[in-house]
Amino acid sequence: MRLVREYAPAALVLAAGLLLWEAVVYVFSIEFYLLPAPHVIVQSLRETYPFLVGAGLYTFTEAVLGFALGCGGGILAAMAASTSPGFAGLVLPYAVASASIPIIALAPLAIVWFGVEQGSKIAIVVLMTFFPTFISTLRGLSSVTPQSLELMRSYAATERQIFLKIRLPHSLPMVFTALRACATLAMIGAVVSEFFGGPVKSLGVYIKSTASLFQTRQAWSAILVACALGLLFYFAVVLLERLTMPWHFERRER
Amino acid sequence: MNSTGDDRAASRPRQALRSLGVIGAMAVIWEAAKIMFALPSYQLPHLHEIAADFLREGAGGERWFWIMAQNAAYTALESLIGFALGGITGLVLAVAFAHSRWLERGLLPYVVASQTVPILAIAPMIVVWLGTSWFSKAVIAAYLTFFPVTVNMSRGLRAVDADALALMRALSASSRQIFFKLRFPASLPYLFTALRISATASVIGAIVGELPVGSRYGMGVVIINAAQYYNWRPANLWAAILVSAVIGILFYHAVAAVERRVVSWSRTAPAI
Amino acid sequence: MASPIIALDGVAKTFESRAGATEALRAVSLAVDAGEFVSIIGPSGCGKSSLLRIVGDLVDPSAGTVRVNGKSARQARLDRDYGIVFQTPVLYEWRTVLENVRLPLELAGRPSGEREQRPRALLRLVGLEEFAGHYPWQLSGGMQQRVSIARALALNPSILLMDEPFGALDEMTRERLNQELLQVCAETAATALFVTHSIAEAVFLSTRIVVMSPRPGCIERVVAVDLPRPRAAKTRALPRFFELVTEVRQSLREDPGLAGDPPRPGGPGPR
Repeated sequence: MRLVREYAPAALVLAAGLLLWEAVVYVFSIEFYLLPAPHVIVQSLRETYPFLVGAGLYTFTEAVLGFALGCGGGILAAMAASTSPGFAGLVLPYAVASASIPIIALAPLAIVWFGVEQGSKIAIVVLMTFFPTFISTLRGLSSVTPQSLELMRSYAATERQIFLKIRLPHSLPMVFTALRACATLAMIGAVVSEFFGGPVKSLGVYIKSTASLFQTRQAWSAILVACALGLLFYFAVVLLERLTMPWHFERRER
Repeated sequence: MNSTGDDRAASRPRQALRSLGVIGAMAVIWEAAKIMFALPSYQLPHLHEIAADFLREGAGGERWFWIMAQNAAYTALESLIGFALGGITGLVLAVAFAHSRWLERGLLPYVVASQTVPILAIAPMIVVWLGTSWFSKAVIAAYLTFFPVTVNMSRGLRAVDADALALMRALSASSRQIFFKLRFPASLPYLFTALRISATASVIGAIVGELPVGSRYGMGVVIINAAQYYNWRPANLWAAILVSAVIGILFYHAVAAVERRVVSWSRTAPAI
Repeated sequence: MASPIIALDGVAKTFESRAGATEALRAVSLAVDAGEFVSIIGPSGCGKSSLLRIVGDLVDPSAGTVRVNGKSARQARLDRDYGIVFQTPVLYEWRTVLENVRLPLELAGRPSGEREQRPRALLRLVGLEEFAGHYPWQLSGGMQQRVSIARALALNPSILLMDEPFGALDEMTRERLNQELLQVCAETAATALFVTHSIAEAVFLSTRIVVMSPRPGCIERVVAVDLPRPRAAKTRALPRFFELVTEVRQSLREDPGLAGDPPRPGGPGPR
């Protein structure tokens, strides 16, 4: 019963939203190339389904690989940085700077360097996911309370023991916060870097070209696929979080 | 090692020096990489070649420095408008959510979902819909801005200390007074954290909005053109990207500076 | 006469900071024999926490010597001769109650058999055996602190260092935990060094009470507590209990600059 109460408003809004969409298109006789009605999009989806699945997987692969490399690298770098202030001082300024520059602007450069195939998109996703993960992980590793460290000293624990038994588990919540954000960034990064150039069988190129040709329902159906994949990725990370941190999920406030 | 925001002890001039040092180091690594890996200008132009591109004359006779500046201003304006729009929207939503649990339950999932969706993927659609003027870019920028603001502000408005609230009630403060004198000031640190994220996001939004066919001004357009003619003038693309990065950095630091002023008492204010 | 298990001689501590030097402790000398329960009480800032941490080799003294269990404080720490309990339980949220108690055994590399049995035995000692699989956040403050005490006993230390462990708890829980603590100490034959703010608690628990002066802290007085052992709830009603409480209170008040306690309404005991 509580489940229904929890999700009912959202479901209602979704239903209402879709109905409103259909209604608006009908009442105002909006041209199909401006805003197609939901049922038209669904139709288009069914028509181009095979192509979209292929293109979707192509783009999704870029997102997943970029995520794996970027976040994995970020975590490893943060571990290194937490034990070596010198290394930290080296990477940190660039990490912070990357938060203020539009990394997407580097997409054409990536294409120049890595070619028009998946490599360039993966490179961009790596760049987008590395630094947030690095910063969050580092913060998690270094934010152990002084009392906790005193306790460890009283047990004559070695630095290695403190790192493995205290710092790492302590940092997990922050790491996963970053990973969740990066999961969404990865898909976005993959699609948008394809705007700058890529093979025909990729979501980004398809969306851009169909949109520019006013083939809006095809564009929307592709966007829908991109949405679905993005959500899938996000929930996969949430699942991983739940499995890794069973203690944390129970008490997390909504 | 302290967490990243703990460098407040370092003075401003020392931090400026450090930033210069980082840039200098990058320049050295750049030229060193060119030599070590024997990278041709095609892949990695000399720094002075990029600098020279700014002085080059464009098709209309103007120097590229000026062309870049104009387009940069255009993009910056789009970002700013979008930033303002998105910020206000986010604020309004957050306040609405704080007042109505039902509203929150109904809308928040979509607010969250909008972030997991490749929103930028919709950029071409928004341009088709709203036209190729600055407006569509500002809308995209606003869309990227409102989400962090909504989420963070919601959290901030909720995160009021229970005792502080009780004190207000004991002083017979009205709901309005409680909001303006307690909840809102207490949520400002959260707001600014979100605004710092949004600063860069709105620049990205504006640039991506300029990518689809039909736009005439802005850094996105410059980048696309420079990419097309890369084989003839590689330095041009690098210069365009550099300018885009500068816009982002300036915007970020502007917000950070305002934050430091307004919320100087907060522990989460940026140190850089 | 056996040598004292803890021996402090002329210990002093000055903290350096950008604002200047703060003298926390000045010439503290103290000897604690095995099996004693010694409380340290004093006004805020008198350095009692620093003193405890110096014994535990968590803070270095600026002057003086510290011998613990016949060794230097550092060696005693490395040999894990003591267990420490802080005012906050410092339990790790990703470990169950049992795993939290097991942590010192893991750090000391104890064999796996001991790693399994001992935490259960300790939890039984503090009456929390059925919560072994729970997570710390599921327990009340008092229960968390009991887990913290169980953990401090994990390696069977001969010394227990406690820094206001019950300070954050309500009076009734505190009195109950005082009782439990004494039982635990009796069963494990541990020597205890106990920092507290509460005069009643100090009198109830201790064999001796060290009263400290305000900053810079030095030993004002040592009050011997001759109440019968084992202590029980009725001990608190003994006339001698009130006499000792008054004695300690007056020692604390003897120093100028210390605000006097408000008069107790109809308070019993000699005035």
